[in-house]
Amino acid sequence: MNVQNYIKLEFASKSSNEAFARAAAAAFAAQLDPTLEELGDVKTAVSEAVTNCIVHAYPEALGRISMRMRILEGNVLEISVRDWGKGIEDLEQAMKPLYTSGGEERSGMGFTIMESFMDKLRVRSAPGKGTTVVMRRSIRPRVGHL
Amino acid sequence: MNISAAYNAGRLTVFLAGELDQHEARHAMRAIDELLDEYMPRDCAMDMSALSFMDSSGIAVIIRTSRRMKELGGRAWIENPSKQTQRVLDASGIDRLVPVAVR
Repeated sequence: MNVQNYIKLEFASKSSNEAFARAAAAAFAAQLDPTLEELGDVKTAVSEAVTNCIVHAYPEALGRISMRMRILEGNVLEISVRDWGKGIEDLEQAMKPLYTSGGEERSGMGFTIMESFMDKLRVRSAPGKGTTVVMRRSIRPRVGHL
Repeated sequence: MNISAAYNAGRLTVFLAGELDQHEARHAMRAIDELLDEYMPRDCAMDMSALSFMDSSGIAVIIRTSRRMKELGGRAWIENPSKQTQRVLDASGIDRLVPVAVR
């Protein structure tokens, strides 16, 4: 697939960076002229993916999170969020709605929301090595009547 | 994010404003806990009209508030969710557990 633009960001797994990651995703996606609803969906999915790294990948110490965003042919936005943290033992269980290992402060809905707000979601994880989440969302071109 | 409240005749309305993510969720839970302890309301409405962003961390806040209200023998519900908030509520299916009222 033809890559038309990309950026790569790296940041520490601090919860204060969640808002930064969302804002960066929205700023990059803006070139596709998304609707407010599409932009909200992308921000929400990014927030979930980055929060997973902060809460689950690096529960004890600060770690490294990398976020790559690409514009692919046909107005497709692709976002990868990667960490080098503890990884997910049982991916099937982790992706079930309402399942969480995060206690009362988490709802277990992160992957469910990523799945329903994006067109495609792929998760690759190895215990002790880290996790990569790749999501794609096609942004519908808007027909203007200027 | 910012949390304020109004209390009248057994009903506490909690106004959530700004962005509610994991970073803010702990603060939100603590603030709501303190309000529930202070007023011991019969009903608790969570007004989300000024919530510009919420992710699944907000769902955890809603579930916890609803559970605490049940312990008090009362009810909790969501009021006036913004558009983005409504989409997160829909995707999570939380409306089967906690009612959503639009006024």
